[in-house]
Amino acid sequence: MSTPSIALNRFGYGIRVGETPPSEPQADLLRQLSEFDTRPGPLSARPNTSGEAGELLQIIRQSRSATREKAAMDESAGTMESSMDAQPDPNPARTRRNAQLAALPPEYRAKLIEAYGRYRVDVAERMRVAVTSPTPFAERLVHFWSNHFSVSAGKPGTPFEVGNHEFNAIRPHVTGKFSDMLKAAVLHPAMLLYLDQFQSVGPSSPYGERQRRRAERAGNGGRPVGLNENLAREILELHTLGVDGGYSQADVTEFARALTGWSVQGLGRVRRFAEEKPGGASYVALAHEPGTRRIMGRAYEDTGAGQAIAILDDLATHPTTARFVCTKMARHFTRDDPAKSLIARLESDFLQTGGDLGSLARTLVNAPEAWEGDAVKFRQPVEWLTSVLRFTGVDDLSDNRINGILRQLGQVPWGAPSPAGFDDAADSWAGPDALLRRVELADRIARNAPSDAVLERAETAFPGALSDNTRTWLSRAESGSQALGLLLVAPEMMRR
Amino acid sequence: MTKTVLNPHLQRRALLAGSLALGASSLAAPRMAFAQAPGAKNMLFVLLRGAMDGMAMLAPTGESRFEELRAAALPDYEGARRIDSTFVLHPAFEQVGKSYAAGDALFVHAAATSYRARSHFDGQDLLESGASTPNTMRDGWINRLVALMSDQTTPRALAIAPTMPLALRGNAPVSNYAPSSLPDASDDFLDRVGKLYGGDAQLGELYTSALETRAMAADDGLRNLRDAAKAGELAASLMRGEDGARIAMIELGGWDTHANQRATFARPARNLDALLGAYAASMGSAWDDTLVLVATEFGRTARYNGTAGTDHGTGSVALVMGGAVRGKRVVADWPGLGDSQLYQKRDLMPTTALESVLAGAAAEHFGLDPAISMASLFPGRSAAPLSGLVRT
Repeated sequence: MSTPSIALNRFGYGIRVGETPPSEPQADLLRQLSEFDTRPGPLSARPNTSGEAGELLQIIRQSRSATREKAAMDESAGTMESSMDAQPDPNPARTRRNAQLAALPPEYRAKLIEAYGRYRVDVAERMRVAVTSPTPFAERLVHFWSNHFSVSAGKPGTPFEVGNHEFNAIRPHVTGKFSDMLKAAVLHPAMLLYLDQFQSVGPSSPYGERQRRRAERAGNGGRPVGLNENLAREILELHTLGVDGGYSQADVTEFARALTGWSVQGLGRVRRFAEEKPGGASYVALAHEPGTRRIMGRAYEDTGAGQAIAILDDLATHPTTARFVCTKMARHFTRDDPAKSLIARLESDFLQTGGDLGSLARTLVNAPEAWEGDAVKFRQPVEWLTSVLRFTGVDDLSDNRINGILRQLGQVPWGAPSPAGFDDAADSWAGPDALLRRVELADRIARNAPSDAVLERAETAFPGALSDNTRTWLSRAESGSQALGLLLVAPEMMRR
Repeated sequence: MTKTVLNPHLQRRALLAGSLALGASSLAAPRMAFAQAPGAKNMLFVLLRGAMDGMAMLAPTGESRFEELRAAALPDYEGARRIDSTFVLHPAFEQVGKSYAAGDALFVHAAATSYRARSHFDGQDLLESGASTPNTMRDGWINRLVALMSDQTTPRALAIAPTMPLALRGNAPVSNYAPSSLPDASDDFLDRVGKLYGGDAQLGELYTSALETRAMAADDGLRNLRDAAKAGELAASLMRGEDGARIAMIELGGWDTHANQRATFARPARNLDALLGAYAASMGSAWDDTLVLVATEFGRTARYNGTAGTDHGTGSVALVMGGAVRGKRVVADWPGLGDSQLYQKRDLMPTTALESVLAGAAAEHFGLDPAISMASLFPGRSAAPLSGLVRT
């Protein structure tokens, strides 16, 4: 690929209708980093949702038959999702789920509808920001880091918070410090809810002791409280050191103890005792496990909320973390099997700067390895759709349409199947069925978009990188819209 | 067994797929030859992602220690199907229970792969790739099974999923399919895309494979895989008949029950039960020649955690179903639940190698050499493949 085409497609989200390719590709990418708007209009207008998720959980807890309604809620989550599809769902299961939703108490039902409405709007706004962005390289960084700290709308309360997580815990830090992003991302309500931290209680904390005494008095009837190690494990495995990062099961448990007390705002049960933390988190000292914690050979004094923060600060600058996140970054921007020299270059920058992500991005731009080779990286569905919409100039899709299309393509933001986020390798995305869906969608989009001068625009979108084969089949198309449809699924559009 | 009647639209798609297959040289010959001899064997692999709690599925309530570990769970098992003096089946598994009673299902308890850490992603990688160390093999054990069976014709293998799972990836030809609500593109456009991809090895192969599979399933009437029973029917419809897949895989998530397990387990459990029940019913007479293997990456902690859930553990349950199975039994070298009997004093101790279950059953079912199968599907294991799971 030519350097202008690499700058546009490998680093960015492709050319936007009306743009010209950059004459100085590297300088243009650096410009994008310095001009990046962390809170563009639509995002700064987003209402504050702090406490909403906690209130929803509170409503769930107050409902009398908690178990049955939890099941109904999980079901209705599915209902809300299918209602985002573009066309009515003939599936009878949907009618059943709608009936279950209607059977919920009105306050509960209204809150659920509000939660999924918020999620749907956030997904659409995220897409629009990327499609219209003058700094698409920075948007790519946002989406890369957001996936590194993946949260999902599939848990009670999280639909309120997953968009907020990316907009307020990730975006402001993409050219800042990794340690700041780490703390903001894992101590955010979306993550605290998603990975069960909000209900983890120190067994020897005042709250844990009291609940235990109560449970003993009540026989089997008391609500059990105690540790939940889910968040602690995933921070070590997925966010910092990586799976073979040298920590043990004992380290996981110790870290889980240190994290106790961190919860979310809006939970009435603990509201009286909670100290509000930035971003919608809260800290409940009464639920914090007392004592010094020992993790990977280092001792952390009991400073309450600060204990987990001190551990996160150390993890953020650990050499193993540097290796892990730099490998992921190199894989994302260049190829599934990135050059070792590129990883080493990024790693050394990360260590030298103590995890300065702006410096890391500039190092990536200046790395020769990033400018080598053919287009081999298969675009993920969100990347492909963003590039398609930027190229075609289609910018009037409704919230529902955007959500429906993303679902059909198999990648709805904040909907990854696991806390590891969406996989970042062609094996996961380049499937027969997934490809056919893109073809069908391209055909549909092309029939509703301006389709003049497709070949010339293709030359601009992939300057010096359009293949003769693609050129031939575009020129043989029977109409402009057919040529456009073909370009949208051409190899140039699928790989970068 | 009735042959699927193709509507005119379908036939057009099928023809189109055929012409493309001829055009793409890399996958010319064997792809279109999937004739099924009468009584040909079928296998469905169901992967439960997220670590299914085997102690919830098949609860050892006969052990006095169970109550101490999981007192809160006991009400679930009152009146549930009793399997023997030790085990009770979770009430969500109504259809599975009926199959069990009919002799078409067995459980292997305290089973685990050779993976002994607690990362979902590494655990799944090992279970799907078949490697003895995570992230060391790029192809999957089912793909290698297809290769082992490809003496004369390649059996058609299919993932019923929007993306290709690792277990099926590899050199042997496989495809994937998931229902969609996107409108079909015109045949002319599809044809031109095929030509555009003619010179592209990766996209050309994927595209040809997609058109073939969609031609088979174009009348499924589904828009997604959310309804588990419908997904089970779809799996059966893609496996019945001469051109059906002989081997298929489907995935089911939602098993990571860290909190409030009684509720969070019941939902995926009902889905699994509905899927298996619908699949068995829809296979019709082909059920007699069918093997279903249901497995998960690892089990969960024996004791409930502080949030009435369970954390990542080790030993779990594998479910083996189908008319081909010598069922109505629990295969287990039961380790017990005492502190010293638990793995690292927290997890159900694994006493049976899950790889031996999968390789042993698949080899027996398809008439392959068990030792060769084990070495190919799950290299580097010391355990021998299990025998006697399937009627031969």
